[in-house]
Amino acid sequence: MVLLVATVLFTLGLIGVLTRKNVVFMLISVEIMLNAAGLAFVAAGSRWEQPDGQVMFLFILAMAAAEVSVGLALVLQIYHQHKTLDVENLKELKD
Amino acid sequence: MSTLFYISSLVAIASTIMVITRYHPVHALLFLAVSFLSVGMIFLSLGAPFVAALEVIVYAGAIIVLFIFVVMMLNLGRETAQQEKEWLKPKVWVVPSILVLILLAEMTILLFQGPDQAMQVSVVDPRKVALSLYGEYIIAVELTGFLLMAGIVGAAHIGKHQRKELHRFLQNGEEEKARQLREPESVTNEQTVLHD
Repeated sequence: MVLLVATVLFTLGLIGVLTRKNVVFMLISVEIMLNAAGLAFVAAGSRWEQPDGQVMFLFILAMAAAEVSVGLALVLQIYHQHKTLDVENLKELKD
Repeated sequence: MSTLFYISSLVAIASTIMVITRYHPVHALLFLAVSFLSVGMIFLSLGAPFVAALEVIVYAGAIIVLFIFVVMMLNLGRETAQQEKEWLKPKVWVVPSILVLILLAEMTILLFQGPDQAMQVSVVDPRKVALSLYGEYIIAVELTGFLLMAGIVGAAHIGKHQRKELHRFLQNGEEEKARQLREPESVTNEQTVLHD
């Protein structure tokens, strides 16, 4: 049952990444997906009464913190250089 | 455990749906905070109070604050006050407040009923987590420290305001050109300095 909730949250985050065009909303959706993965880990850890799930949640937490700091710095740079946050307008890598 | 878990998971799913359908980032951040709090409540009903506290502190505290800082920095210079007045209408914050009040009522029920009736799950002790973290996972903990350090340095380097920098040969050439252009002015500047 907990895994069902985690799956629904992960799917919502995936839908958010795929449908939104704002970079900030894409970062928020990535955070939701990481949170759902951590929820699945903690649920498994409490199902088998082992501490490994919570340890994995701690690692996901640290990784999410590092990821969001770098991602938000990238968002700031994108806004300073292009004056937009729409991913459709960021096409320097396109031929 | 079951009723409280179902209520909090419903709150989590509802607030997450609201997150990915909002247009303003600040509204989405309000609902994101509610979503993190309700996931913390799910952790509490699963018998992991340490992880629930970490979820509230790190996710609903630190990461949301980072997002809010960036949203504030992006909106600098426009009619920020008017925008904020629009954002803080009651219909914006009433729904997150109701959801958070549901979670609060749930937590008070959990606290006053005592852990025995409210959740029939076995609590994984934080002591076991700590022993496992510094026992078999010690290398992963140190690698996480490296990752956080790299994240801080990378964010500080990327977020720095980049100025245009030339190579030093080009810089010298530019300076000499500029000096040749404003040579008569420099004499007057020196004179003014002497007079001062």
